[in-house]
Amino acid sequence: MTKKLTVALAGNPNVGKTALFNNLTGARQHVANWPGVTVEKKEGTVRWQDYDITVVDLPGTYSLSPYSLEEIIARNFIIDEKPDVVINVIDASNLERNLFLSAQIIDLGAKMVFALNMVDTAANRGIQIDQKRLAELWGVPVVPTVANRNQGTKELLDAVVRLAEARDPVARHIHIDYGPDVEAVLARIEKVLAAAFDPADEHYPRWLATKLLELDPDAIRRLEQSPQRQAVMAQVEEGRRQLEKTWGEDAAVLVAERRYGFLGGTVREVQKEELEKRIVLSEQVDKILTHQLFGFPIFLFFMWLLFQMTFTLGELPMNWIEAGVTGLKGGVRTVLPEGWVRDLISDGIIGGVGSVLVFLPQISLLFLGISFLDDTGYMARVAFIMDRIMHALGLHGKSFIPMLMGFGCNVPAIMATRGLNSQRDRILTMLLIPLMSCSARLPVYILFAGVFFPRRAGQVIFGLYLLGILIAVLLGLVFNRFLLRGQEEPFVMELPPYRLPALRGVLVHMWDKVTVYLKRMGTVILVASMVIWFLGAFPKNPELADLFAQEREQLEASFVEKAKALQGREDFAALCRNLELEKAAALAELSHRQQATEMRQTFIGRLGAVLEPMLRPLGFDWRMSVSLLSGFVAKEIVISTLGVLYEVGEVTEGAATSLQEALQGSGLKPAAALAFMVFVLLYTPCLATIVTLWRESGALKWMLFAVGYQLMLAWLTAWVVLRIGLLLGLG
Amino acid sequence: MASKKLSDLRPGEAGIVARVTGTGPFRQRLLEMGLTRGVRVEMEKTAPLGDPTEYVVKGYHISLRKGEADLILLSPVPGEEFS
Repeated sequence: MTKKLTVALAGNPNVGKTALFNNLTGARQHVANWPGVTVEKKEGTVRWQDYDITVVDLPGTYSLSPYSLEEIIARNFIIDEKPDVVINVIDASNLERNLFLSAQIIDLGAKMVFALNMVDTAANRGIQIDQKRLAELWGVPVVPTVANRNQGTKELLDAVVRLAEARDPVARHIHIDYGPDVEAVLARIEKVLAAAFDPADEHYPRWLATKLLELDPDAIRRLEQSPQRQAVMAQVEEGRRQLEKTWGEDAAVLVAERRYGFLGGTVREVQKEELEKRIVLSEQVDKILTHQLFGFPIFLFFMWLLFQMTFTLGELPMNWIEAGVTGLKGGVRTVLPEGWVRDLISDGIIGGVGSVLVFLPQISLLFLGISFLDDTGYMARVAFIMDRIMHALGLHGKSFIPMLMGFGCNVPAIMATRGLNSQRDRILTMLLIPLMSCSARLPVYILFAGVFFPRRAGQVIFGLYLLGILIAVLLGLVFNRFLLRGQEEPFVMELPPYRLPALRGVLVHMWDKVTVYLKRMGTVILVASMVIWFLGAFPKNPELADLFAQEREQLEASFVEKAKALQGREDFAALCRNLELEKAAALAELSHRQQATEMRQTFIGRLGAVLEPMLRPLGFDWRMSVSLLSGFVAKEIVISTLGVLYEVGEVTEGAATSLQEALQGSGLKPAAALAFMVFVLLYTPCLATIVTLWRESGALKWMLFAVGYQLMLAWLTAWVVLRIGLLLGLG
Repeated sequence: MASKKLSDLRPGEAGIVARVTGTGPFRQRLLEMGLTRGVRVEMEKTAPLGDPTEYVVKGYHISLRKGEADLILLSPVPGEEFS
């Protein structure tokens, strides 16, 4: 019979924890969210000896303080879920700071093993660690690993099993010594606490006492139910006063100092280090990449490269998917009998999902590039050089990359906000990302700017991008001031040494993101595109269809007549050919008119008509209103809807000339065209973005807020643009 | 000068942490990252736009905004003096 074990993986950021997780679990892993929050929870399984081991990857943290979501999650998992073993991943070249977290895990009383990672890099830097001594001192088995070369994984699993079976020779529980005065205070608090807790939780009172002494809000909350609450807090206050009087320092500072004191002692005892401490190559590289003058140009070049790669390499598979979707639609249309079921499957389901699936190659490549750059350590430098600008908006430098990704596609950009440390930063960044003009909006600009501002199209389009950024800055300031006032996150950020990323880690990371994207598409977006399809296809009007069928018959009959009249003439063959062309054109015109008429009386068409008075002040006609309405799903649809409504048939990106002519002849004012582009820039980007915003923010209210502010913003700005345009003589 | 703020250091200059002022999460975070009394910190460089600044502490690199570096008071490295 197999036995079950739960193992938690804890450690600082940038220590190779993810690589180790991948080594341990291989492909048997899945990503979900921690309950109630949008922090990623990775879980995987491995069979080892007689055990089915579930490995839970805790968020990477420097500490277990209650000030960040990640740290609370990691801490609560260890306290409440009581994993059988905690694997603490430690960067061997940064022992002291890494042990700070370890000391806190020890205080929690968890069974622990150290995965002393990157021992090779440490050795190259001249750092030798006496692993045996470290294990003895801390009562924790130590396993050396090199995670990005999959070394030490088996030994680590052996150690986990030994620990779980309580037959590890070195494992024992130690107390981190905080010095006699602090220890005396802790003992007094523990004594009062002991009455309130199950004696089986033997280490818990000590941890709680330490945390209470630090006035940890989460620890105080844990005490809330206890009848001893008052007595305990009195003892805590007394202890704090006493320590403060003796040392002139807050107890929290003393505890941190004493803990580091213990760590410093450990490091002095177990670590031999040659004088050359620094990573010379990494520092040289960094001098160039964050250079006062070259830092920004180099960064812009990398980003240009990333977007080029994403869009040029992504184009080919995109075309395949497009062809596949079209083929599948065609197949369905030939196999199934005519009717609404066929239309639902081909246009609603396949078309809807296809329109999202088509972005998969670009999204994958974008994530590939971003996770590659992230793993090299460069992304921390981007945050470093951009922080000054982002700070002005009340954001962390790390928010810059998600915003930038928004210019490619808002969906992965919003997903990338997971890398940010505070929920507040996440929400604020998510709210601003849709203002970054994504690639799907560009065809609309190209069409309208090309028709109405042929000589200044480039400037107009550039201006639109700029307008989006400008509004993001302004709104950032407003939201920061009035909406999300909460405390700003400390910036404090580690700048890890540059590394060559392991291919596997990068691929796994990309795959994680892609599966999240696909899952979302398979659920919410599928349903939503079916609903939108329904609104665009119903109600059907059979009379209308009959009417057009009659008209078509008449038309065909009239051409037969015309042909008859020509019979007997010398150039009969040539005339007939002309007549055929004429007939084809007339039939096309008829079917375009039919499409337009039918669309007008569907739900979307009617809704567009209802909305039209609201959009009329912006200078838009009913066709534009309907196209904006269907553009709610995705911006690509704006153009194809306009094509249908201007009776030139469905328009594909490449062959928009007939639509251009139609727009030219429509009498639309250039100022209104400009307002239309501004509206497209600012209103809700697409269904997928809205859904992603909902999921990633974890609250429906943020999604509703985003939709609301975007619609209002779009209307107001478009109106202002129209007015200014008219004043400037663009009428 | 007898003491300096961390934010006063120039590139290549070092000091010993004498006191971490401030409150709440900011101070807690600084302490956790190893900026405790008696620790040597060296200023590495400032970002192109003048903020934040990169420091070396306990052999690793950390970046702090000026407002955060202001919270840390330094004394000179023994045997040296602040310029």
